[in-house]
Amino acid sequence: MKTAPSYMDRKDLLALAVVAALLLVVFPLALDGFRLNLVGKYLTYAFVAVGLVMCWGYGGILSLGQGLFFGLGGYGMAMYLKLEASSVENTKIQSTPGIPDFMDWNQLTSLPWFWEPFHYFIPTLFLIVLVPVAFALLIGSAMFKRRVSGVYFAIITQALAAIATILIIGQQGYTGGVNGITDLRTLMGWDIRTDSAKFVLYFVNAVLLIGVVCCAMFVRDSKLGRILVAMREKEDRVRFSGYSVANFQIFVFCLGAAFAAIGGAMFTLQVGFMSPSLVGIVPSIEMVIFCAVGGRLSIFGAIYGTLLVNYAKTSLSESFPELWLLGLGGLFIAVVLFFPNGLAGIWRDYVQPSIDRVFKLRSKDPTDPGHDVAKAAAAAAE
Amino acid sequence: MFGEYSLGDLGSIFAMQGFAGLILFSVYLLMALGLAIIFGQMGVINMAHGEFMILGAYVTWLTSVFFTEHLPSLFPIYFFVAMALAFCASGALGMLVEWALIKRLYKRPLDTLLATWGLSLILQQVYRSVFGPREVGVTLPDWMMGSLPVTDVVEVQINGLFVMGLTLLITVAVFFMIFRSRFGQQIRAVVLNRQMAGAVGIDTEKVDRLTFGLGCGIAGVAGSAFTMIGSTGPTAGQLYIVDTFLIVVFGGAASLFGTIASAFSISQTQSTLEFFLSGSMAKVITLLTVVGILMLRPQGLFTLKVRR
Repeated sequence: MKTAPSYMDRKDLLALAVVAALLLVVFPLALDGFRLNLVGKYLTYAFVAVGLVMCWGYGGILSLGQGLFFGLGGYGMAMYLKLEASSVENTKIQSTPGIPDFMDWNQLTSLPWFWEPFHYFIPTLFLIVLVPVAFALLIGSAMFKRRVSGVYFAIITQALAAIATILIIGQQGYTGGVNGITDLRTLMGWDIRTDSAKFVLYFVNAVLLIGVVCCAMFVRDSKLGRILVAMREKEDRVRFSGYSVANFQIFVFCLGAAFAAIGGAMFTLQVGFMSPSLVGIVPSIEMVIFCAVGGRLSIFGAIYGTLLVNYAKTSLSESFPELWLLGLGGLFIAVVLFFPNGLAGIWRDYVQPSIDRVFKLRSKDPTDPGHDVAKAAAAAAE
Repeated sequence: MFGEYSLGDLGSIFAMQGFAGLILFSVYLLMALGLAIIFGQMGVINMAHGEFMILGAYVTWLTSVFFTEHLPSLFPIYFFVAMALAFCASGALGMLVEWALIKRLYKRPLDTLLATWGLSLILQQVYRSVFGPREVGVTLPDWMMGSLPVTDVVEVQINGLFVMGLTLLITVAVFFMIFRSRFGQQIRAVVLNRQMAGAVGIDTEKVDRLTFGLGCGIAGVAGSAFTMIGSTGPTAGQLYIVDTFLIVVFGGAASLFGTIASAFSISQTQSTLEFFLSGSMAKVITLLTVVGILMLRPQGLFTLKVRR
């Protein structure tokens, strides 16, 4: 008896309902505007973490350069908003009106060519996803076709994130430099700085995240997802079975990049700026730890992991700033050494069995002899 | 970009920048040697390598403070003491880390990356709490100050020469150790075939620990040398870690010769470009070139055939 679509089983549907209820009902009711905006900011990192679950957990590709894609998405949105904020009327005191203020300070007299498409909203939306995916495609096809994987891939993606930061900081006139793109005001005339706008954006963000989660679940449960797992476990065997391993790796890497880019764009909208501090090595690795804490094999775990680590970060660095780095470092080591499957592993090993036991006791029906057999069969199949 | 300089000027520029590049090369090489031993030979990704280097730098600073206050007469030679202490301190910490952390993770290289990143965050915070967030610089003895004129426009700094000599010495020592000594033979045997090495009676765990300690110790000496040309802060190690990894990967992970070649080419490219472009663009172009070459030739410059 299955009412759900074939790619979701009941447990997943329940988990999805819990996440949706938490994001759409519990947080908006329980938190004030400031805290809700903060949660919205954390949730933008969850996009990256979900992408990493697909890349790293299922595909076995650890990318330490997700900040690059997060940044590309975020900068795309920021460029659009900045251009809207720098209309000719708003910037008439500049020596060249109509270009962003930081360009004017850096003696630029016309808009660089790559800023031009960001005058229009629909192309911007496409570019936010397409540019990072194109980069991921380029990086992925250069590397996976040559069978680079594992450690080398991680180091090279990390280097790319580092290069991007240096480039953004160095090219002040084109990118806003170390401060990033700030002072963003309106989205098609709608002021995004007001409380009501932030409230609406939180919901847009939450719904998008749930959409991304559904998309990830669809990929995971399709035949493609099976191949990804097979590839992670025994790459050569998949290759000898006639599959093009590189193409699957490129696909999942691009998928992760697209998720990260959406997160980046939502970050810009909710927080109101984009800066190189969200692109480099440190944020990229932190995003990996969000995913690892949640459990690298659990799509939902990624969301809880992100929320938990960020909550700990905010509360610890508010009260004990020195302790935060120690705590984060310890968390890295503890997760790797003791909980390789993160929160999801703890849930599966300790919490889920006791819940199952409670339900089993209650629903145990002596007239149904097949019940225990079915249960055992399900357990064996897992 | 060469238009406004005469040929003679260009020669001097290249000589000066080449010399600056050699100093950069020395520091890169010292850092990369330790990492090449740990990553290339053992397959462990030690993201805390920069922090081991900074430990060496802080030990050097402490030694210099100690000598100024208690043994001012011996101050001119404090540096040699400091280097030995830096090697021991970083090496000991390295062995401790191997025993407590790395030992459990040899089968999972990507996880060593995350765990050692955590370690690097912890060490950074410890340095910040113990030594303060401000950068510290050591006082050099008088004989290391100043510069030697080579021609009327080209001159070389003595501390730079000293760092180079030191690098040469350490590189030779490492090569001797790896390729000529009995311990080096054991390291290479474990790299080539761990099980066979164990079967013929090599204590592979002990070799692992000593190898890791050796790599970290060399990082400590690198940190010691680093204090002569720059100041040390709690997060200085992180600035170099990506470059160092790229050097090791670019050189071909298991090849020590490759590490030297790639450290040389990267540092020379960067310092020559630095004169004509801004520092950040020089770095971007150098790193992008390296990444581009690595995408076309993932095995790096030199490869060593290893039976896995």
